[in-house]
Amino acid sequence: MTSIAKPPVKHPSSRQNGIGLTLRDYEGVMSTLCAGCGHDSITASIVQAAWEMELEPHRVGKMSGIGCSSKTTAYFMKQSHGFNSVHGRMPSVTSGAAAANGGLTYIGVSGDGDSLSIGVGQLCHAIRRNVNMLYMLENNGVYGLTKGQFSASADIGSTSKKGEANEQAPIDPILLALSLGATYVARSFSGDKRQLVPIIKAGIAHKGFALVDVISPCVTFNDHEGSTKSYAYTRQHEVEAVEADYVPLRREITMPETKGAVTVVQMHDGSSVRLRPTAPDYDPTDRESAYAHVRACQARGEIATGLLFVSEGARDMHELARTVPTPLVDVPFEALCPGQAALDKLMARYR
Amino acid sequence: MGATDVNDPRYYHKVVDCQWACPAHTNVPGYLRLIAQGRYDDSYMLNRESNVFPGILGRTCDRPCEPACRRVRVEEKPVAICRLKRVAADLRGDITARLPKAPKQKNGKRIACVGAGPASLTVANDLLPLGYDVTIFEQNAKPGGLMRVNIPAFRLPASVLDEECGYIIDMGATMKYGTPIDSMKALLAKGYDAVFVGSGAPKGKELDLPGRHDDPGKIHIGIEWLANVHFGHVERIEPRVLIIGVGNTAMDCCRTAKRVGATDVTVIARRGRKHFKASPWELEDAEEELVEIVENHSPKRFVVENGTLVGMEFEVLEWTEDASGRQKSTVKETRILPCDAVILAIGQDNAFPWIERDVGIEFDPKWDMPVVDKTTFQSTREGVFFGGDAAWGPENIIWAVAHGHQAAISIHQHCQGKPVTERPPQGMTLVSAKMGMHSWAYSNDYEPAKRAKMQHEDLTKRFADITVEVELGFTPEQAAREVQRCLNCDIQTHFTTSLCIECDACVDVCPTRCLTITTNGTSEADLRTRLSAPAENLDQAVYVSDALPQTKRVMVKDEDVCLHCGLCAERCPTAAWDMRTFDLKLPYAGMMQP
Ligand SMILES: Cc1cc2nc3c(=O)[nH]c(=O)nc-3n(C[C@H](O)[C@H](O)[C@H](O)COP(=O)(O)OP(=O)(O)OC[C@H]3O[C@@H](n4cnc5c(N)ncnc54)[C@H](O)[C@@H]3O)c2cc1C
Ligand SMILES: Cc1ncc(C[n+]2csc(CCOP(=O)(O)OP(=O)(O)O)c2C)c(N)n1
Ligand code: SF4
Ligand code: SF4
Ligand code: SF4
Ligand SMILES: [Mg+2]
Repeated sequence: MTSIAKPPVKHPSSRQNGIGLTLRDYEGVMSTLCAGCGHDSITASIVQAAWEMELEPHRVGKMSGIGCSSKTTAYFMKQSHGFNSVHGRMPSVTSGAAAANGGLTYIGVSGDGDSLSIGVGQLCHAIRRNVNMLYMLENNGVYGLTKGQFSASADIGSTSKKGEANEQAPIDPILLALSLGATYVARSFSGDKRQLVPIIKAGIAHKGFALVDVISPCVTFNDHEGSTKSYAYTRQHEVEAVEADYVPLRREITMPETKGAVTVVQMHDGSSVRLRPTAPDYDPTDRESAYAHVRACQARGEIATGLLFVSEGARDMHELARTVPTPLVDVPFEALCPGQAALDKLMARYR
Repeated sequence: MGATDVNDPRYYHKVVDCQWACPAHTNVPGYLRLIAQGRYDDSYMLNRESNVFPGILGRTCDRPCEPACRRVRVEEKPVAICRLKRVAADLRGDITARLPKAPKQKNGKRIACVGAGPASLTVANDLLPLGYDVTIFEQNAKPGGLMRVNIPAFRLPASVLDEECGYIIDMGATMKYGTPIDSMKALLAKGYDAVFVGSGAPKGKELDLPGRHDDPGKIHIGIEWLANVHFGHVERIEPRVLIIGVGNTAMDCCRTAKRVGATDVTVIARRGRKHFKASPWELEDAEEELVEIVENHSPKRFVVENGTLVGMEFEVLEWTEDASGRQKSTVKETRILPCDAVILAIGQDNAFPWIERDVGIEFDPKWDMPVVDKTTFQSTREGVFFGGDAAWGPENIIWAVAHGHQAAISIHQHCQGKPVTERPPQGMTLVSAKMGMHSWAYSNDYEPAKRAKMQHEDLTKRFADITVEVELGFTPEQAAREVQRCLNCDIQTHFTTSLCIECDACVDVCPTRCLTITTNGTSEADLRTRLSAPAENLDQAVYVSDALPQTKRVMVKDEDVCLHCGLCAERCPTAAWDMRTFDLKLPYAGMMQP
């Protein structure tokens, strides 16, 4: 909590994006999280990405579950739609919303507890369905909101603030998502906006489920010596496996040529993502290669970050279910609700 | 690049833009907060420490602090710093017991001051409490200098002037009124330990055009005419008056003319409005009194028919700018403006007919001005000091005060047989403003209110009596809100590198994007382009920390548009950022030890 709201004053150089909004227009209410929480930095990255992408706030749905992380949807894009669901149920609520209105941009925010403990089933099925959404998993290894119990992402041997060690194997959301067929899988760090902002932008542009696992230190319960999700530990063990730059449709690719091979992935909306893996044998558009690389890093005690896998062109939930792509609000009432005769006809097929 | 040294008092001082701009370095945010707390006496005394005349300056100061005010970087108008000073003066109780006092036991040193203007009075103010015997020679019958005889009473009531001059004189200055000094040699012969010349710039500039001397009773020199009105030698002026010049003296002349019988008053300017010398608020006040201002007119001659002034001829100019940005004028036409009287307000000159040129006080041959050292205020003759308008030409009251403080330091050094070049250093204190979890020793919330509007007396009442003060002062409600517009620039953001865990919370929360964590650069110029928001205001400092513990990057802060809202400190989990109250310790005479 802060004692005051952010003064409504902008820097004199503050610019408007193509739809006339400044960066600060993408902010939400003041954060009530602990000072220094990684989640707040992720919020700032979402604000930055949304401003740069010129998202129209009224065309965005902010979805979340329960947890400190899940509270953060209130802290960005105060003019957008939002749904703060019950614990672990954000994936299904978003599936429902996307089913009814596929025209909105869905930004889901969840935590490691919300996603990997109580909500792990929901997460798995949202991935399988390939719901068209950005899924931000703000991963701090603990249940922050309920005062720091280990979550399902806590590493074996990492200790709680009081010193007990975790003995259960962690769920790595990256490996989970890769094995379930996710089409966009990335890992980043709250303290590295240079890496995170392009990943968020590309994840929003991606058609289908985009999982972004963000290491996001809990300053209050998990930023101590024995933690493997602290600021210091993450900085020491993070290895950027793939550098990504998101190139919007309207900007020409004028990136300086980097050393190493660059893979350009075209997104369905015409924008593109440039990927540069740091290891020579790594192909981030090949699921097996990505899986192997993340495992290899893990074995070395490294945290692989970057846009680790992307596959554009897969069918999303609407295509898989052959449902009408038009948002239901825009479907004429007669078509949406064709009446008793149509229902009778349908029922007759099952008799 | 290397880390910023915030232990040098100049670093944080410069962040307090108003205080930095004030010649006397008045602690503006400090006194505004005292007003906010209703501590008017304390606010008055804090003012008095540096600027000596809060009641006078709260009405008349040239206020270089206001254009400098940080507030203008986030909205149109600065905090009404000057008029809030008047609030402290108006609402104070009896503070006489808190004034400095001269000791019974004198130190045996005798100082002579020439002139009883603000410069000399400041010297006396600083030296009397140290036991000096100070004698002030003044040709007029009362103290104050131009503040009394030239600044009209409708801007500065005599009672305010009397009271604040009295605070100094009553410490025990020996006042020799009606005593013009006509020989420096004779004065020096009296064996004073030091002489301070605060005689001002007493000569109004002439305009020698054809016809100037053909109806002398109708053509006046501004500062002389104002003095004559003050002394009651002039009680009326003719109905149609032209004022030549558009500086602050012209503004006082036109408004005074309106009060002594003029009906049509026109101020004539040679150039366009943006080049006017008068302060914008003085122009506004004059125009409110229905004074007309005519631009781009260059005087040619006085039109005198049968010995009577009937008008003045002007060339109407058109100004263009050449490639190098220099202004050039071409004459479009000539034009006669009818009038019954003219007041010349085109500037002031110094005049030292009473200083013999063979007493060891060197004069610059080009300007016929004494050669005075910019730091010590000493002339080329040891023990003779100059200050105020007498030193380098006409300035204003607050400069005269600033000079007086510095000259007093020199005089004290001189009288102790120490080099005048040895100056007491500036010091500072820096104390955490943290009072508890998210509670600060100042109100950190942003007040969005616009600048308070000063209420003015009715035009009819003003014109009926020349001594009726025009400005009514702020109401307590106005003052209470206006002080909250201050951004508390003296409550500094203070960074402790070793505590930072590089969580970015401060960077993210800053409403004006002042903060950046980045790799260090080779130069400030390089860093300035790589910040969260570009640091384009080169007059404002950029703070650079030591290498941060985790990544060896640096914390960079652009001071330019920091609101001193304290949110960075509130969001910092480790108190690496803290809000600290900065207090500049200005040295005065007798304060050699820091
Ligand atoms: C019309 C007008 C309006 C002004 N308005 C403002 C304003 O609103 N705000 C502001 O800040 N400044 C204003 N100024 C400027 C300001 O008044 C001066 O800068 C300031 O008073 C200078 O102070 P000083 O002590 O150097 O000299 P002065 O105030 O000029 O005092 C010098 C004194 O020395 C005396 N003296 C001179 N020679 C001798 C001698 N030989 N022997 C004995 N006594 C002598 C004079 O009689 C006078 O009393 C104004 C000036 C003018 C002309
Ligand atoms: C059904 C249900 N069970 C348990 C809880 C208690 N609870 C609240 S938040 C939370 C864990 C949140 O952890 P995470 O998603 O990692 O969020 P963080 O606070 O760490 O960001 C739990 C178990 C709850 N609110 N609802
Ligand atoms: S408890 Fe942890 S996760 Fe929750 S706000 Fe505080 S630091 Fe962030
Ligand atoms: S006080 Fe801190 S948060 Fe507020 S404007 Fe200044 S740097 Fe930014
Ligand atoms: S909030 Fe504090 S700890 Fe975090 S980056 Fe800023 S100064 Fe460092
Ligand atoms: Mg968590």
